[in-house]
Amino acid sequence: MKSPIRFFRKLWIFVRREKFNSELEEEMAFHREHAEKQLQVEGLPPQAAQHATRRQFGSALRLKEASHDIVGFRFESVLQDFRFAIRQLRKNPGFTATATLMLALGMCASVAIFAFVDAALLKPLPYRDPSGLVAVFEKTSTFPRSNISYLDYLDWKKQNTVFSSLDAFDHRGMILTTSSGAQPTRGARVSDGFFRTLGVTPILGRDFAPGEDLLSAPRTVLLSYATWQQRYGGKEDVLGQAVVLNGDDNVIIGVLPQGFHFAPAEPAEFWTTIHPSGDCDLRRSCHSMYGVARLKDGVALSTALANVTAIAAQLEKIYPGDNLGQSAAVVTLTESIVGDIRPILFVLFCGAGLLLLIASVNVASLLLVRSEGRKREVAVRSALGASRVRLTRQFVTEGLILVAVGSALGVVAAYWTMHLLTRLIPEDMLARMTFLHGLGLTARVWTFAGMIALLASAMFSLTPTLHFSLSRIRDNLAEGGRAYAGNAWRRVGSKLVVLELATAVVLLVGAGLLGKSLYLLLHVDIGMRADHLATLSLDAPMSNYGKDPQAIALERRVISQIAALPGVKSVGITTDIPVSHWGDTTWVRILGRPWHGEHYDVPERDVNPDYFTTLGAKLFRGRYFVEADDASKPHVAIINQAFAKQYFPGEDPLGKQLSTLGDKPVSMEIVGIVEDIKEGQLDTVNRSAVYIPFAQSPNNYFIVVVRTSQTEQSLLPAMRAAIHQIDPDIVTPTGATMMEVINESQSAYMHRSSAWLVGGFAFLALLLGVVGLYGVVAYSVSQRTREIGIRMALGAQTGSVYQLILKEAARLIAVGLAVGLVCSIAAAILMRGLLFGVRSWDVPTLAAVAAVLAVSALLASYIPARRAASLDPAETLRAE
Amino acid sequence: MAQKPDLLPGTLDLLILKTLTRAPQHGYGIALSIKQSSQYFLTVEEGSLYPALQRLLLQGWVKAQWKQTETNRRARYYTLTPAGRKQLGVELSQFEQMITAIGRVLQDA
Repeated sequence: MKSPIRFFRKLWIFVRREKFNSELEEEMAFHREHAEKQLQVEGLPPQAAQHATRRQFGSALRLKEASHDIVGFRFESVLQDFRFAIRQLRKNPGFTATATLMLALGMCASVAIFAFVDAALLKPLPYRDPSGLVAVFEKTSTFPRSNISYLDYLDWKKQNTVFSSLDAFDHRGMILTTSSGAQPTRGARVSDGFFRTLGVTPILGRDFAPGEDLLSAPRTVLLSYATWQQRYGGKEDVLGQAVVLNGDDNVIIGVLPQGFHFAPAEPAEFWTTIHPSGDCDLRRSCHSMYGVARLKDGVALSTALANVTAIAAQLEKIYPGDNLGQSAAVVTLTESIVGDIRPILFVLFCGAGLLLLIASVNVASLLLVRSEGRKREVAVRSALGASRVRLTRQFVTEGLILVAVGSALGVVAAYWTMHLLTRLIPEDMLARMTFLHGLGLTARVWTFAGMIALLASAMFSLTPTLHFSLSRIRDNLAEGGRAYAGNAWRRVGSKLVVLELATAVVLLVGAGLLGKSLYLLLHVDIGMRADHLATLSLDAPMSNYGKDPQAIALERRVISQIAALPGVKSVGITTDIPVSHWGDTTWVRILGRPWHGEHYDVPERDVNPDYFTTLGAKLFRGRYFVEADDASKPHVAIINQAFAKQYFPGEDPLGKQLSTLGDKPVSMEIVGIVEDIKEGQLDTVNRSAVYIPFAQSPNNYFIVVVRTSQTEQSLLPAMRAAIHQIDPDIVTPTGATMMEVINESQSAYMHRSSAWLVGGFAFLALLLGVVGLYGVVAYSVSQRTREIGIRMALGAQTGSVYQLILKEAARLIAVGLAVGLVCSIAAAILMRGLLFGVRSWDVPTLAAVAAVLAVSALLASYIPARRAASLDPAETLRAE
Repeated sequence: MAQKPDLLPGTLDLLILKTLTRAPQHGYGIALSIKQSSQYFLTVEEGSLYPALQRLLLQGWVKAQWKQTETNRRARYYTLTPAGRKQLGVELSQFEQMITAIGRVLQDA
């Protein structure tokens, strides 16, 4: 009604609370005095009159509180609850710390992983209407998503009816000429409409104009925001300046937005246009580009795929020599960027979720134990007049405080954790995972954390509340919270422990399988000795090294200079480092067989004579290359065993002739068969590969592989120096030991990170599960002290007391294990895509997990069992 | 403690307001007055009287003032405000409606 006036009256009383109290007291004292006097007048003796009034009025405190409730604000009693809750929590620091830390732990793990999920999978890509963007590939029997050739791209662009625009791009190492010498950098070449297709506009300057990607157009370049800031100090007068990339002058025409990233081409500092030229761009069979397109409104992915596939089939007929077996693939751009990481994030997210579950269950059971111990307090408080609502509110307040503190700690820890995790990602890989730039406490992450906190609050405040509404408070006062009172809790508590143990089993099995996968992956036979190898890539400018004799001379020089370094045993040269990819293929056919235009698409590596011995590869048959296998001699080739098996079954490949395809086919005699070297990622199967003498297929970009007797890491600076001494214009973009190459390879990293993270979750889960079990058993022992005392007094042996307690624990462990193992096989089947070399029901892993869990759980139960067995029966019986 | 019949809900406010129409009173006086007027049938306990008085104060239906009693003690006297007088009318008619309604039910039965 007149609520504002009421509010101010309340406020007035609130400010003068002291006065209000004293006046109320005085008034009631006056009342009591008169009532007493009146009774005396009626004939009661003074003492009796006093008692009578006291009885009638009841507790003075309650009377006062009744008035307070009328004039007080609601928040006052909330504040009271709050203060009381803090006092309660401080009184029991062990409980408070454990509960808060557990909650913080679960929160930290799940929020940190969710932040990755958010950055990689939920955050839309920074383009206009990203859901309409697709990645367009060619498809062959060996590469489901292969690069597209420039000429095919032009035909697809012209003929398709499903894209409002289709553009092409590639990414490559570039040589940047600066005042302080040549520097390696990375850039992308894009077709003119690339940024319009994405819907990205430069923040400074202009976008590429139509036709600006043609060879005839002047060369122009857009800078990434970071490059603009770091190399040009963010100055606006960069527009119109020249940048020398790979020896060509490019004019800067603009700067891309800060938030722009395009993972498939990253890391890229300079965005130039295609300017098709050279040996590859204008050859239809040279696949070096990627396609990105925007679907026309209302066109489905499947329609687009059908359209492009039909075009590819047509091109296949028109250009059988170049396009035989070339089909098409279209996937959403998002899928092409984060498709690989999605299953891993999914598994990690599930792992973190399970950890959160186990942590919450643990806190809930702690709360149960605690409320069990507080039965008496609650009974007393309710006897003194605390209403049920007020008691419930008290528990809710305590729950909320726990959750608030735990969540705050958890979120802070999650913030640190997510940044720690990104620091563990190898730099190269992080540069390609540009979508992680958005990693952090975004609105979605906060919402997620808020939801967890909300659920936890509900759980933690409901647990004790339900507990007390289940048990009858008045009974508790009478029995003093002993004996049978614990039964209800023991039933709930033991169910919770089974849940915890089962969850721990699932995580342990997951970690075990991932760990075993990692081990098998790192011990996969790669066909070489990876230790004591240093690798360094070098990129020499086309202008001086583009011709074959120049490249060969450079290679000779590099070998002789590096071989002269101390500790170098042998020097190998290749065009692609092992354990990277099965790409960089060439087309060959076998001469002397009926031929209808088909080709074998096999990885080609151009290597020097010492390459195989440097790697420590094993020659299966025939010979390695020799210095004499140069441009003046008949061409030769070495194939790997997979090639021999696949294309020469039951035949001797040695002496057979291979031929390349195209305008100027070259025939090569197979002179040797090498045991398979793992050219691709560790988790791939070996494929046919062909090795060709560098001297017969020279290149201005190659990789030096050095075997040394020293530590390989220390050799790298000397190698770099030796190469720069030859020519300061040659750049050396990547140098690493072979062990680093292997350990930081994508497959190894992915397996390692998932194995370690899930392993960490599993360890914590085991710890929490075992602590939970300990809690239940210890509680049960404390409840049964009297019973055990009686048993012992009646002659029970120590052994039978152990049996009594451990039997109960063993039952819980067995049920937990059984449930857990069944669930973990189901979980492992779901994540089989992440496993390498192990099956989902890997028996040794399951057995090991069962053993670890059983032993640690029994140990945890042994402690309280021992306490029970060492009880002094006389003392337990006397107590209470 | 002898069991006394509970007051009908809401009637305590009505009784207090009615009592105060005669003269300003302190809390004990109000309780005593109700007891005597009801010929010792109704007892208003401290536990409900003072919260009720606080409620009436908050609503602005009564005012409170500290004054000297006849025995020269300090006591808080409650006075009916014009708003309180109006409220009394409202509550009286509500109460009468209620009694009539209950009466009808009882007659029928």
